[in-house]
Amino acid sequence: MKAQMTKTALALLAALGTQAVNAGQLTIESWRVDDKDLWEQEVIPAFNKANPGIEVSFSPTAPTEYNASLNTRLAGGTAGDLITCRPFDVSLELYNKGHLADIKDLESMSNFSDVAKGAWQTDDGSASYCMPMASVIHGYFYNTEIFEELGLDVPETEADFFAVMDKIKAESKYTPLALGTNDGWETHQIVYTGIGPNYWKGEEGRKALISGDAKMTDANFVAPLAQMAKLGDYLSRGYEAQTYGDSQNLFALGRAAIYPAGSWDIAHFNTNADFKLGAFKPPVPASGDQCYISDHTDIGLGINPKSENRADAEVFLSWLASKEFAELYTNKVTGFFSLSDHQISIDDPVAAEMIGWRQQCESTIRLNAQVLNRGRDDLETTFWNAGQGVINGTMTAEDAAAKVQSILDK
Amino acid sequence: MSTKTKKKVNTALVHTVLLFYTVIALFPIILILINAFKSRKGIFRDPLALPTEKTFSTVGFEKVFAKSDFVLFFGNSMIVTLVSLFFILLFGAMLAWALSEYKFKGRQLLTVFMAIGIMVPIRLGTVSILELMVSLDLVNTLTALILVYIAQGLPLAIFILSEYMAQIPDELKEAARCDDVSEYSIFFHIILPLTKPAIATVAVFTMIPIWNDLWFPLILAPGEETRTLTLGVQQFIGQYTTDWNSVLASLSLAVLPVLVLYLIFSRQLIRGLTSGAVK
Amino acid sequence: MTKAGRFPWHIVVFVLPGFFIYTLFSAWPLLDTLILSFFDQNDTGARWFSGLDNYRLVLLDPDLSAGFWNALWNNFKFFLVHVLVQNPIGLMLAALLSLKDLRGARSYRTLIFMPTLLSVVIIGFIWQLILSPLWGVSETLLEAIGMANYFDAWLGKESSALLTLALISVWQFVGIPMMLIYASLLAIPEELLDAAYVDGASPLRIFWQIKLPLILPTLGLVTILTFIGNFNAFDLIYAVKGALAGPNFSTDILGSFFYRTFFGFQSSLGSPTLGSTVASLMFLVILAGVMVYFWLVQRRLHRYQL
Repeated sequence: MKAQMTKTALALLAALGTQAVNAGQLTIESWRVDDKDLWEQEVIPAFNKANPGIEVSFSPTAPTEYNASLNTRLAGGTAGDLITCRPFDVSLELYNKGHLADIKDLESMSNFSDVAKGAWQTDDGSASYCMPMASVIHGYFYNTEIFEELGLDVPETEADFFAVMDKIKAESKYTPLALGTNDGWETHQIVYTGIGPNYWKGEEGRKALISGDAKMTDANFVAPLAQMAKLGDYLSRGYEAQTYGDSQNLFALGRAAIYPAGSWDIAHFNTNADFKLGAFKPPVPASGDQCYISDHTDIGLGINPKSENRADAEVFLSWLASKEFAELYTNKVTGFFSLSDHQISIDDPVAAEMIGWRQQCESTIRLNAQVLNRGRDDLETTFWNAGQGVINGTMTAEDAAAKVQSILDK
Repeated sequence: MSTKTKKKVNTALVHTVLLFYTVIALFPIILILINAFKSRKGIFRDPLALPTEKTFSTVGFEKVFAKSDFVLFFGNSMIVTLVSLFFILLFGAMLAWALSEYKFKGRQLLTVFMAIGIMVPIRLGTVSILELMVSLDLVNTLTALILVYIAQGLPLAIFILSEYMAQIPDELKEAARCDDVSEYSIFFHIILPLTKPAIATVAVFTMIPIWNDLWFPLILAPGEETRTLTLGVQQFIGQYTTDWNSVLASLSLAVLPVLVLYLIFSRQLIRGLTSGAVK
Repeated sequence: MTKAGRFPWHIVVFVLPGFFIYTLFSAWPLLDTLILSFFDQNDTGARWFSGLDNYRLVLLDPDLSAGFWNALWNNFKFFLVHVLVQNPIGLMLAALLSLKDLRGARSYRTLIFMPTLLSVVIIGFIWQLILSPLWGVSETLLEAIGMANYFDAWLGKESSALLTLALISVWQFVGIPMMLIYASLLAIPEELLDAAYVDGASPLRIFWQIKLPLILPTLGLVTILTFIGNFNAFDLIYAVKGALAGPNFSTDILGSFFYRTFFGFQSSLGSPTLGSTVASLMFLVILAGVMVYFWLVQRRLHRYQL
């Protein structure tokens, strides 16, 4: 009996042996869970047409968990070959710890502008560790059918914006704004840094905050928070427990009129909503003001230096810099705007509208993405909690700003 | 009121309370199961309704099977649970036997040493376990999970089994020893078969936490190939939060096998739970 | 026992495999974690001894310690809800189930125990859907009993999120105290109860005056098991609220705090050494609980032999 048991045990152990890594296999780490289908059905097949024999799998983790779980996998040596890069400091830290390879000398890097590359370079520009893929633009989506039904015009100023929402609230069963505070990140990355640049004048305010000439408690940084404090009245019941996914559903099901947007959601609503989608810029404080938009260099792709398929990974990156990819990505993964210099046409009307804002307004990136987060582990989290607290009404705009400033003062 | 009617009222009251709680216990599970078989519109329009001809749909299941390797995850969970269980029971019984039967130096100390594991959750050693697995090159293998689960399950197994083995009458072993049967034979041929009821109890106590664990799969084996069912469902739902058909279908797929197994084995299982093992 | 003079190899064979795996993958990592909590490390992974620095950081540092104390306090509240809700319900169910001649006791027992078997992760998702304001199931149910106004985003509010999660956990695990208490109720000698019946004592009085005192040791055991489980909990919080344990850390307990400290979150990077410190503190908390339990058991409760 014992011999038999030992045999079974050995057989079982043998069956569990580690799987070998096949050559020509690439795994992409990403937080873009919504794009899984698009990658698997459009992007990867297109790549394989040009480069047969390299098997690519797209393996995303939910956005809120991406950084932590990627860190774990990098430290444990289990991360994929290609790593989707958050912009600026987060990826810089990965590079400094040796988790991203220097790809400055890849020939295809010449297809990108300095601004695009800047999001994934060391401060002195001596090394580039991710290839720029796309930027995202923030604003509001709206349900054109609801706007038509109620005879609403697209708002231009903050006052218009609230007038429109008041009207929706008073005259219809629709929820004016599809936004929840359960997850927290969207209150900062979409709402605060999306509507705020109009108040802090884009790059001017962002740079002043970095240099210390401006403080979070200044009026032009508190004003967008004060605006957010008023949003609670226009959200659906129980918005405190509403997740980002819930908000997407609420808007896609046609139950809400307006949706604070990142352009990446265009693709989602094109497939999931059965009404015509529209978009408008974040409202300016007063009519005729210069407008600013959050046009965030959001997504890049780097190589894990521990990858066993480095050569294949470089082949993939080079293809990423091609015009073919730029066109495919911008049009299929709608709402991500390729950062390469190639001239491409945009088919989707909403995407075209949003990219058109670049001509009318000044672009800036998210307020704290560059430099500010450095060495301040909790700044991003504090911003999320501030946005959450202000909208939920558990924190005043002034207190929230002061809380963030106290972290900046460290 | 006569005592008879009073008794009737009391019995009715008892049943009402128990029935009420049973409904509370089952409602969420049933709600998920019925909505998993509905179309998106059906799910949102009337969540409490049973699927009708109009709202019936298995699109969620189709999507889950198309987009995610549930069969693989299920297999991984089965392998991890069964192999861990096998070794916990084997090594646990061996150790328990040694501790309860033989007098040797350091026996007391060893008993205390093994008992620590009952009180201190192994999770607290995660930092070191991860580093250890990295250095052994076992990260992202099922072996890593199995080793940790064996270490996690042994203390309780030893505790329960040695208490049970201590009650086995001496005559049985002594008779065998007189016949010059080897100590190994005594253990495998006499003791182990006698210990079956306690082994069943241990199996129940160790199996459930292993099957349901999220922590170690998340940390030691998050790769696609080695994902367990629990982690697979967690990640799948993270990826498809907006697709309620898929979410509900994947939840149902995670719940169903456990429910079926439970209903088949519930009698043995509950006997194990309520047997003298835990006084 | 063994033939004199011969080394008892069989003992070694019986002890070694289990001992080896347990030592390498449980005892050593736990000890190593304790050791690591006295070290510090830099970006390159170099480590050096730093004495009690980590403990000072976690317990006293004005920036870092707030998180720890918040998690510890929340964890106590989480435990308190279990003691005050889970164990009484478990006791009540067990008492009802153990009533003589109760029809269908087995079916009740089987069904009520069902949630306990399911993964905490699955349970978390299921309840998140049920409580979701978007889906409106709980709102509809409250409406049916005329309490629609009481519906709220329980999981999303700082004031109620932790309590809601604790109640979800209670819902899932009530089967365990129920079964343990049930088993000890069944083990009470019949003669004892029969004597009381003959004396004409009411069932309620029999329960309070005879059964309850006899099962006190089990209640103690249930409480300490709950304590260990609660101070080690993580899955439910992670599944429902993510590693950030929002809103504003109101659902943060030691398990999720440990996870964030160890692995980092968003822009913050994790630290194995600080993570070890948090784990060691959790170890101390659990140890303290266990010691209180043994002290109380030794002093107050005499375990009766069945």
